[in-house]
Amino acid sequence: MGMTIAEKILARASGRTTVAPDEIVVAAVDLAMSHENADLVRKSFKEIGVPRVWDPEKIVIILDHRVPAESEKTATTHKAIREFVSEQGIRHFYDVGRGGICHQVLAENGHVKPGMVVVGTDSHTTTHGAFGAFATGIGATEMAGVWTEGKLWFKVPSTIRILVDGEMRPWVSAKDLILYIIGKLGADGADYRAVEFDGPAIRKMTVASRMVLANLAMEMGAKVAFTPVEGLEPDPDARYERVLEIDVERNVVEPQVACPHQVDNVKPLSALGDVPVDQAVLGSCTNGRLEDLELAARILAGRRVHARTRLLIIPASQKIYLDAIRLGYLAAFVEAGAMINPPGCGPCVGVHQGILAGGETCISSTNRNFIGRMGSKDSNVYLASPAVVAASAVAGRIAHPAEILKPPEVTS
Amino acid sequence: MSGQLVLRGRVAARLGDNIDTDLIYPGRYLNITDREKTAEHLFELAWPEIRARLAPGDFIVAGRNFGCGSSREQATAALKYAGAGAVIAPSFARIFYRNSINLGLPAVVSPEAAAGAEAGDELEIDLVAGRIRNITRNLTVSAAPLDPRAVELLQAGGLIPYLKKKYSSAA
Repeated sequence: MGMTIAEKILARASGRTTVAPDEIVVAAVDLAMSHENADLVRKSFKEIGVPRVWDPEKIVIILDHRVPAESEKTATTHKAIREFVSEQGIRHFYDVGRGGICHQVLAENGHVKPGMVVVGTDSHTTTHGAFGAFATGIGATEMAGVWTEGKLWFKVPSTIRILVDGEMRPWVSAKDLILYIIGKLGADGADYRAVEFDGPAIRKMTVASRMVLANLAMEMGAKVAFTPVEGLEPDPDARYERVLEIDVERNVVEPQVACPHQVDNVKPLSALGDVPVDQAVLGSCTNGRLEDLELAARILAGRRVHARTRLLIIPASQKIYLDAIRLGYLAAFVEAGAMINPPGCGPCVGVHQGILAGGETCISSTNRNFIGRMGSKDSNVYLASPAVVAASAVAGRIAHPAEILKPPEVTS
Repeated sequence: MSGQLVLRGRVAARLGDNIDTDLIYPGRYLNITDREKTAEHLFELAWPEIRARLAPGDFIVAGRNFGCGSSREQATAALKYAGAGAVIAPSFARIFYRNSINLGLPAVVSPEAAAGAEAGDELEIDLVAGRIRNITRNLTVSAAPLDPRAVELLQAGGLIPYLKKKYSSAA
């Protein structure tokens, strides 16, 4: 019987010829990624008591959640990680100013290859399915087990296949497509499952846009999510739990917005009415890449951020930061009155660099709008595409980019 | 108390669907790495009173997709070290579920129990048989029996003691 992409990878990694949904397999881990919570992993690892990690070449540590250190406590955490990395000979360590957001850095530096089993102590590790990896989030203690043994048990997930056809309309992006899908399937619509995105509309997307789909598939519970990768196709007779067909041109006619306080509370932008915005955030592992900044620069160039709105822009990595400087995007942002934050998670996790006060509203290109996610429990976060975030910053309320700018000639 | 396969306790709180890990444990406290200390911030944003109400061994009953969102293990640790004996829900988000097995906090899948139990009810949970008896209401409902692997980890007190034993006896 044919296998899906997830089944193929787990069969290979567990030394079997075939696997089927619900079987438990023990798979060899090819790459183990952690960020600041590497300190938690380190503590658990020390408690287990083995002297050396299983393979220092397969461990990557990237500081991103609190960079640069916002407190003495975090500084101590960072220091402990640096010491551990040195003690264990872990070469792939991206310190403050050397990397950026873990998922972007992992991708940019070619750590992920098709067919790999990748685990990360971050839920958005699903992002690496855009490169053909069985990539999923785990907790810190489980990661200590991986650092010890280099393997992990998995229940083979069943797969939902999502086929997307049609031309993307102007101002409709990968973010709008995936928000639409999450709105339809719900916050647990893909819980425990693998997702395969395919179809002409997906195959036309840039790698950065495919990463948006795999990244946000986590918000409907997906264990892993794949976009097409050459040489890693599902078998023609693979069995799917469900096949979903979407005509993006017909189904997603305008930008989508996830309203407070759940990512599956998705509405078309035109249904929102007047929503004044105190803060706009452009960044994160979901939408802080160069194509996102480029779109924002087009909207913001020669304009000003609305007087009642603060715009925070966070390039996802040092590399993107540098590219954005060279291309003049950052000058356009600063001239518009935006603040540029250093590459990292920024305010998305609610720690620093743009915390919301009670009663404030934020439009954000990030991935979660849970109660209190970005600050006060009485603040509201709306999630949208980079273009909507930039347009809303100019309008001072949640706005369609077409209000500010003519549609781009090329959309993908 | 850790490692028991039949649990008895009271329902301390009943929560809705899609309770995310930010609600269980806010992101601003992620730099707390001492597991016991995470308990101080359990449900701090929305329901800080639950922590005060939790007696050791009490249960949390919740709706679908409990623990969705972040991979933060502190969400599981905060529940465990605040005294929760188990969480009962119709379904769990997958990372939370794995974290629970690894930290030795039973996550019990039971749509029936989750629908029928109210705060204050006294329950007896047989994790291996997959049975929940609501003593207050004199009702017995089924639950998903715990996977043998999870039972092994639970009895060891979690993944760390399990691996510690494995590698110290191998040495």
